[in-house]
Amino acid sequence: MRVTDMIVPLMIMFILLYGLARRVDLTEEFSAGAKEGLQTAFGLIPMLVLLMTAVGMFTSSGAAEMLAALLSPVTEWLGFPKECLDLALIRPISGSGALAAVSRLFSRVHPDSFAGRTASVLMASTETTFYTIAVYSAAQRKKPDSRIFIAAAAADLTGFILSSLTVRLLIQG
Amino acid sequence: MLSFIIVVMLLISVAAGCLNGSWEDISASAVSACTDAVELGVFLGGSMALWCGLMRVAERSGLTAKLSAALSPVVRLLFGRLDDDSRKAVSLNMTANLLGLGNAATPTGIAAVKALGKGPRPKRNTALLTVLNTASIQLIPVTIAALRAENGSAAPFEILAVLVTSLSAAAVGCVTAAILFSGVDKDARN
Repeated sequence: MRVTDMIVPLMIMFILLYGLARRVDLTEEFSAGAKEGLQTAFGLIPMLVLLMTAVGMFTSSGAAEMLAALLSPVTEWLGFPKECLDLALIRPISGSGALAAVSRLFSRVHPDSFAGRTASVLMASTETTFYTIAVYSAAQRKKPDSRIFIAAAAADLTGFILSSLTVRLLIQG
Repeated sequence: MLSFIIVVMLLISVAAGCLNGSWEDISASAVSACTDAVELGVFLGGSMALWCGLMRVAERSGLTAKLSAALSPVVRLLFGRLDDDSRKAVSLNMTANLLGLGNAATPTGIAAVKALGKGPRPKRNTALLTVLNTASIQLIPVTIAALRAENGSAAPFEILAVLVTSLSAAAVGCVTAAILFSGVDKDARN
């Protein structure tokens, strides 16, 4: 048993206990929030249908493997699993596309394998970079400063490289 | 942008099909992928419902506000002196990211960049906030944990590795942004 395994159950309990102590109507508020969550998830489905089809065709055609073979000198040097390459490429561009890629990956390799774990860490510790930059600069009604892309790319690259490294050092080591 | 990428992916797939003769596999996955997509949306709905429900309770009980108050020193360290409203907006956005809210963090981020755009060093601070959001520092990776559990993982939450990776990515991004943007706002003012 690891300490980190306790975080989620304890957090759920703490949030509900604190809510009860502050006299929040738990059933009412919880279901209102849960309804929003369901709507968000179901709202993703139409886009996921198109993206999963595209990702599925891409990987089963052998195109993903050809791409992985092309980039293998770099990925091997970094110790990055080649199965996660298409995920790394689509992650900064499309959130639902990345979701489709991970789901596809988990149907081929076990989530607790090295590639599965790297994909999980990569998915959780990076974001849809381009979308985020676009939304925030739109909020300020300005064109995004090109230096933001450089800084964000530096962060993304660190995330990609460290995702396989942390899995190797912290989990499988 | 996304439409363009989808079409490029399909073009490459078809080209690879011509090279490899993998037509059977491609058509099989084209037919099965759409059902997979609906399944994925349905079971993601379960974990997102649980988490959004909990977050609503946390918000109503004042827990979210407490957590963002605790983040104030970090905000001051990164962004320098800010007025109360901007500081609150930024720490609320960081809280939403930490709790793994993803889509729900976007509105808080929009409020925060709007506030930062009017404050001191607007370009630098906007860049810092953007990088903090793209690096997505997460304590509880909800979505990926649901996917892992569904596929038979023994330990769906990779909390430690995710935390180390995203913190390092955010640190590298913030330092890069701080260096690239040092002096940028001063030039604009003179």
